[in-house]
Amino acid sequence: MRELIPMTRQDDTTRRHFLALAGGAAVVGAVQILTVRPAEATPAMQSAAIRDVVGTAVVHTGKVKLDIPPLVENGNTVPMTVSVASPMTAEDHVRSIHVFNEKNPQPNIGNFVLGPRAGRAQVATRIRLADSQKITAIAHLADGSFWSASVDIVVTLAACTEEVI
Amino acid sequence: MAALINVPPRAKRGDIIEIKTLMSHIMETGYRHTADGAVVPRDIITSFSCRYNGTEIFRADLFPAIAANPFISFFTVADASGTFEFEWIGDRGFSATAKAAITVE
Repeated sequence: MRELIPMTRQDDTTRRHFLALAGGAAVVGAVQILTVRPAEATPAMQSAAIRDVVGTAVVHTGKVKLDIPPLVENGNTVPMTVSVASPMTAEDHVRSIHVFNEKNPQPNIGNFVLGPRAGRAQVATRIRLADSQKITAIAHLADGSFWSASVDIVVTLAACTEEVI
Repeated sequence: MAALINVPPRAKRGDIIEIKTLMSHIMETGYRHTADGAVVPRDIITSFSCRYNGTEIFRADLFPAIAANPFISFFTVADASGTFEFEWIGDRGFSATAKAAITVE
């Protein structure tokens, strides 16, 4: 009987060892799953994408209105309307509208090329949002100036990167 | 490859009209994985354009961040009777066109 007591203790320690090892393996597994996911765009990538469009020009705030619901349930299809206060004449019109995001896998959402024949500088579409983030719309006017508007959006169900079932 | 186009059939000269377009397309982002870890290759519409009596009045570059079945609406000034021609171009040789007529009085 006396000899049996240390035996059970030994058993106990090996089980503990096993559990510790299993726990460690689970942690390693979790890390691997995290690294498999594609990297998301960062605010730095967003500003780089904006620089690609505007070059060295100064981007002013104003004139642009970005209509997106501030709280989005489903990031797979989010209605978005961008409008710019502009008379849309031959001398003073919007050349193009560019929309950027912060945290989707890619910083671009869309580029829209308009002209004086548009009559009204307004574009609507439906977009995907992979996370709660800031969306920026930039308008390029005929005089070469850039104007922007940004909106913060909270997304409950993310899009873009979910698994195919 | 079904397109839905909404253009007012008639308008007064100088009216600003809204044009709504929708093209059925999966817009696969290229960032999704199957259950066994393989990447689902990207398949999106990359470019959309609209010509009004032969002149391009609107163009858009689309990215994976545009939702499936891309809906795009924009405006133009109705200045002559004629046709709108729409064109969508995408990955894997995707190409689709549609037309709509307008009478301007």
